[in-house]
Amino acid sequence: MCLTCGCGQPGHVHSHDGHSHDHDHDHGHSHDHGHDHGHDHSHEHASALGVTHDPDLSTARVVQIEQDILSVNNRHADANRRFLKDRGIFTVNFVSSPGSGKTTLLARTITDMKAKFSFSVVEGDQQTENDAERIRATGAAATQVNTGKGCHLDAHMVGHALEHLDPDAESVLFIENVGNLICPSAFDLGEAHKIVVLSVTEGEDKPLKYPDMFYEADLMILNKVDLLPYLSFDVDSCIAFAKQVNPDIRILQLSATAGDGLDEWYEWLSARRDATIAARNRAN
Amino acid sequence: MHEMSLCQGVLKILQEQAEIQNYSRVNSVTLEVGELSTAVPESMEMCFDAITRGTLADGAELIIVRTRGEAWCRKCEDLVPVKERFGPCPQCDGVDIELRAGDALRIQELEVD
Repeated sequence: MCLTCGCGQPGHVHSHDGHSHDHDHDHGHSHDHGHDHGHDHSHEHASALGVTHDPDLSTARVVQIEQDILSVNNRHADANRRFLKDRGIFTVNFVSSPGSGKTTLLARTITDMKAKFSFSVVEGDQQTENDAERIRATGAAATQVNTGKGCHLDAHMVGHALEHLDPDAESVLFIENVGNLICPSAFDLGEAHKIVVLSVTEGEDKPLKYPDMFYEADLMILNKVDLLPYLSFDVDSCIAFAKQVNPDIRILQLSATAGDGLDEWYEWLSARRDATIAARNRAN
Repeated sequence: MHEMSLCQGVLKILQEQAEIQNYSRVNSVTLEVGELSTAVPESMEMCFDAITRGTLADGAELIIVRTRGEAWCRKCEDLVPVKERFGPCPQCDGVDIELRAGDALRIQELEVD
């Protein structure tokens, strides 16, 4: 049984620092019969007071609820956001196709900035512990969430990952979502910003093909720009497509391996991390 | 297949509402799935059947109401039908448009016992 949310869903296994452990899960459902045992003939019988009851009178009724299907996820996201805000933790949710260079960017950022900030990372992948191990090699704490058949992280999974990770106050938390440009766009995890990473080895029209993700992101990182001389990728068109979907999106061009453009990225990160801590100090 | 997660969300709401609204069985669920939302109705139906098995909504009918995409075009100053979430205005081909309807994913009503 999970303590945060009282969830009864069987599901994900969290592994942490090389060992894995499952939760106990209570059943969230009762084992009622899926059919009813009603008579299909009617029979009236008089009560002592002479009032007749019709036993077949249907009790079916219509209930209006008008609830967003994502409201359960959003409640978990709000809880995550409160937890992170109380600790002054600046949180970013990285989304992209597989292979855009998210893990490389995260590992490089942590290596370059760890003298200034404390980092921790939630890694989401369908399976393997590989990415969490790459992050741990930088010295940062990392929790791998394996989604199994799932194509995205949801706020419930991230809430549990935060329990395991127990990130330091005033640290930076990176959530690396499952490589997928569709599904993760719909799920708020409680982050301050979604960052979409697009590499120049992909098509420049990705923002038009997968617009939801670019609409939800505040920042687009165009990665692997050191390879541009060898490719036919049209940077200006790509930026125009991204702005068509999301006129407010900010765009940074960099190479996580060659180091181009990283200073501007670190400035973006530092400014927002400092603002998160300042907001916490004002609140206390 | 994020429809599986969406259907888990639906089931969770049905279970929560069972206590609030005092019912023990769900006969049908009406969902609004906008044509420009992130869910595919056929997948929702399949996932809903799978996820509700053995629950208070086992065998419940899923009624999906599709709502059309509609946007406000600032240039035309008109409500226009749109087929793609960030597609252009069908009248002026401009992109200065704001989506007004068609992206909802919402439970509208239930028939319960």
